[in-house]
Amino acid sequence: MNGSTAFSAAPRHAASTTPVLEVEDLSVRFTRRGEAGTQAVDGVSFSVAPGETIGLVGESGCGKSVTSLAVMGLLPKRGVQVAGSVRLDGQELLGAGDRALRKLRGADMAMVFQDPLSSLNPTVTIGVQVTEVLKEHRGMSGKEATEEAADLLDRVGIPDPRRRLGEYPHQLSGGMRQRALIAMALACSPRLLIADEPTTALDVTIQAQILELLRELVQGSGTALVMITHDLGVVAGLCDRVHVMYAGRIIETADRGDLFARPRHPYTGGLLASVPRLDTTRGTPLTPIRGSARDAIPWAQGCAFAPRCDSGRDDCLTEVAGSTVPLESDGAGRELRCRHPLTVPPVAGSPTTPGADR
Amino acid sequence: MLRFIVRRLLQLIPILLGLSVLLFAWLRALPGGPAQAALGERATPEDIARYNETFGLDQPVLVQYGKFLGRALQLDFGTSSRTGQAVTTEFLERFPGTLELTIFAMVFAIGIGIPLGYLAARRHGSWIDSSSVIGSLLGVAIPVFFLAYLLRLLFAVQLGWLPGSGRQDVRIDATHITNFFVLDGLMTREFDAAWDAVLHLVLPGIALGTIPLAIIVRITRASVLDVVNEDYVRTANAKGLATATVRRRHIIRNALLPVSTTIGLQTGLLLSGAVLTETVFAFGGVGSALRDAIANRDYALLQGFILILAVVYVLVNLLVDISYGLLDPRVRVR
Ligand SMILES: Nc1ncnc2c1ncn2[C@@H]1O[C@H](COP(=O)(O)OP(=O)(O)OP(=O)(O)O)[C@@H](O)[C@H]1O
Ligand SMILES: [Mg+2]
Repeated sequence: MNGSTAFSAAPRHAASTTPVLEVEDLSVRFTRRGEAGTQAVDGVSFSVAPGETIGLVGESGCGKSVTSLAVMGLLPKRGVQVAGSVRLDGQELLGAGDRALRKLRGADMAMVFQDPLSSLNPTVTIGVQVTEVLKEHRGMSGKEATEEAADLLDRVGIPDPRRRLGEYPHQLSGGMRQRALIAMALACSPRLLIADEPTTALDVTIQAQILELLRELVQGSGTALVMITHDLGVVAGLCDRVHVMYAGRIIETADRGDLFARPRHPYTGGLLASVPRLDTTRGTPLTPIRGSARDAIPWAQGCAFAPRCDSGRDDCLTEVAGSTVPLESDGAGRELRCRHPLTVPPVAGSPTTPGADR
Repeated sequence: MLRFIVRRLLQLIPILLGLSVLLFAWLRALPGGPAQAALGERATPEDIARYNETFGLDQPVLVQYGKFLGRALQLDFGTSSRTGQAVTTEFLERFPGTLELTIFAMVFAIGIGIPLGYLAARRHGSWIDSSSVIGSLLGVAIPVFFLAYLLRLLFAVQLGWLPGSGRQDVRIDATHITNFFVLDGLMTREFDAAWDAVLHLVLPGIALGTIPLAIIVRITRASVLDVVNEDYVRTANAKGLATATVRRRHIIRNALLPVSTTIGLQTGLLLSGAVLTETVFAFGGVGSALRDAIANRDYALLQGFILILAVVYVLVNLLVDISYGLLDPRVRVR
């Protein structure tokens, strides 16, 4: 998958059209009685325009799934504090009632999950699992819904859809299951589709097919797509705009091309450098980020990435700088949360980019 | 599917053979004998010898066993030394009562157990949850005999709300076609007789159903707690389905899989293990018959009943396995 050749559509900016989804200052905190609690998401803001695809990227545990579940209103009801604002076509979702949310879910916003096998009910046929959405939101009768379901399965590339309708999830292959889940998600032509690592559980060849399918389906339909992934290959192939998350916060935002050409945050740079590339000379070692996500320090104490960062200085810590690291504009269409951003790309052989050490 | 059933039925053969050998040996190892029990303490050795000759008990054990086996294959288990009736006839007379009682007990246990277990899980940590957990612990811990006795004392003897013995009021002149008293009453349109039979089921049914109830509550609760955290329930919610649909189709349907196995096992146990309850309530079912047979060293009846009950137990479990296959497509035999 190569971003610059296969997907050359110009990135569309949220500013040019009314966004489908606006997330503003979203925070999610898991609280447990007698425990300190976890700040899983911390002041995250982004928006997605119709037809746009954005990527939420970051290591395991950085809060990607929690962000998407908060948008869908699918977080557990107890032991969670959610703050900020989530608007779908201008309608505020945080604090909306359960009934109102159920009307929107599946119809106006839909989600595809990581593990297609566990995400399907093992004791109910694929047919019922597709038609139940159609009956719920489009008021279809049994017969209409079955027709439409077969159509949907056909559209997502499942051969012999009529037979598949009568089968159970365990009778389908992994890729077929994910296709079926995508069919369910797209059954009501939602305005917003969130895909949470939809290919992680699949074989590499199937991964590419599923991504291609998602791209085809949202293209032209005006569906806004939020792609959650830790795989930069997915980002390169699919996303117009990318938000890199670390320890619950967005640390860098850029259009796909800009991000790959000129990563600014050392973490983004590290992510790119740890992906094997074909265009480097053989023998160039991969440079993984040192440490693990568990080494993050609380944002209140300084940049959470500082303990793992090669460009880190004393003023990355709040104690020294006197303030936490802010998310600031970093040139046209870019945002960055870093006091000592990268000035040269991390990988040898790529063009050098100017950048001043602030 | 058919091959599965046949295989299971074939497995019955060694089970029954082994069981019959054990039974034979065990019964003959008991002190005293049928003659002693039938003729009383003061029977002369001659009386006993004559009695044993009549019932073939004077022959070597192996010969007795061979004869027993040969007849058992033709569903003939001999005659009860106590009543003089054929054991098979005796069983057909007694079993319907036990079956009715078991059905009542299981309806009671399932009807309360599943909703209660579900509620406890959905209100995890609430007072309903904690009291159902404690209640189910008590339920399995309390001896059935004691509970039966207590229920009878309170509701039959003290308060007089419900009948405390028998299967039907003796003053009712009911026609019995099938020996299922409730069913008979309905078939002959003697509705008062049917109702009276139902009332007679209540106390023994509750006593008998308490352990299954406690187990079903516990398993349902644990199972629902597991299932609500499954990814497919999240998918169902992400699809915006009505709460009722999510509950019925995605939570309960899957949560009941382990419960159904429990129900089957418990039903099998009740069918064969109602001796104590039936004794307390003088309920003329299989359990009462077994008790009397033990007291009277009624070899033929004990052998016949226990073997038939073993077959019933295996058949019930086969039925459970088949229905489990219907509930869970993953284990369906292809
Ligand atoms: N139900 C929960 N209760 C408590 N903490 C939770 C819960 N769900 C998530 N978290 C915490 O929130 C943080 C973010 O988790 P999240 O699932 O969003 O990560 P992620 O970025 O999606 O990672 P992955 O790539 O592994 O899916 C983690 O530290 C996790 O421990
Ligand atoms: Mg996740």
